[in-house]
Amino acid sequence: MLRLNEQVYHAIRRHGEETYPHECCGVLLGRSVDGVNDVEDAIRAGNTRTDSAHNRYNIAPQELVRIQRQGRERGLDIVGFYHSHPDHPAQWSKTDFAEAHWLGCSYVITAVEKGVAQATNSFLLTGTTEEDKAFEDEAVEVAALETERC
Amino acid sequence: MKIHIPTPLRVYSNKQDTVSVSATTVGEALDALTATHPDLKKHLYSEEGKLRSFVNVYLNDEDIRYLPKKGATEVSDKDALSIIPSIAGGC
Ligand SMILES: [Zn+2]
Repeated sequence: MLRLNEQVYHAIRRHGEETYPHECCGVLLGRSVDGVNDVEDAIRAGNTRTDSAHNRYNIAPQELVRIQRQGRERGLDIVGFYHSHPDHPAQWSKTDFAEAHWLGCSYVITAVEKGVAQATNSFLLTGTTEEDKAFEDEAVEVAALETERC
Repeated sequence: MKIHIPTPLRVYSNKQDTVSVSATTVGEALDALTATHPDLKKHLYSEEGKLRSFVNVYLNDEDIRYLPKKGATEVSDKDALSIIPSIAGGC
């Protein structure tokens, strides 16, 4: 299961609307406990695929190194990634599967239709190696932000 | 020096996010890592013994594939290696 708060959930979706008609991408920092990827923060990343940004994304490894370092300093791990599908459904593609290598991490996809965010789905990359990996549909729990009550 | 292990590979490093090794070159550091944690080997290297194409290893902020001396690059205790599988896809 993927758990994130409203703020992070909306930030991911807004990112996809802002970069439309191009794909957005980013990294989810948090903690993985007992099968739950608990997201604390979403970090925006640049899409290096400027040659084909409407249907491809790639995060520069150097940017990932930096994000992993920032996470470490905050006591957080990389627990997932997100990207958008401009005018395509929120389902993983063959390319998404072939390029997915972070076993145990959540891959979140938001469909953005004509600039407006539609469904947001998450897929857990399961398996133990490149050879037996698989994407599984994953429940997404959006927790309301804790607000002060009188 | 320190070697930072990405989340999916920590199953093979006794859950450690950082492994300390003593080494004088990048190559020695990676060898020391896989000597201590042999299960990491097949996840990092192809059967021909080359770094898998989707596995990136960074010495501080430099991709080791592009270092002039590659694996023979000297390192000190203050350097860190980061192992980072690639992230890409599309629709
Ligand atoms: Zn995709």
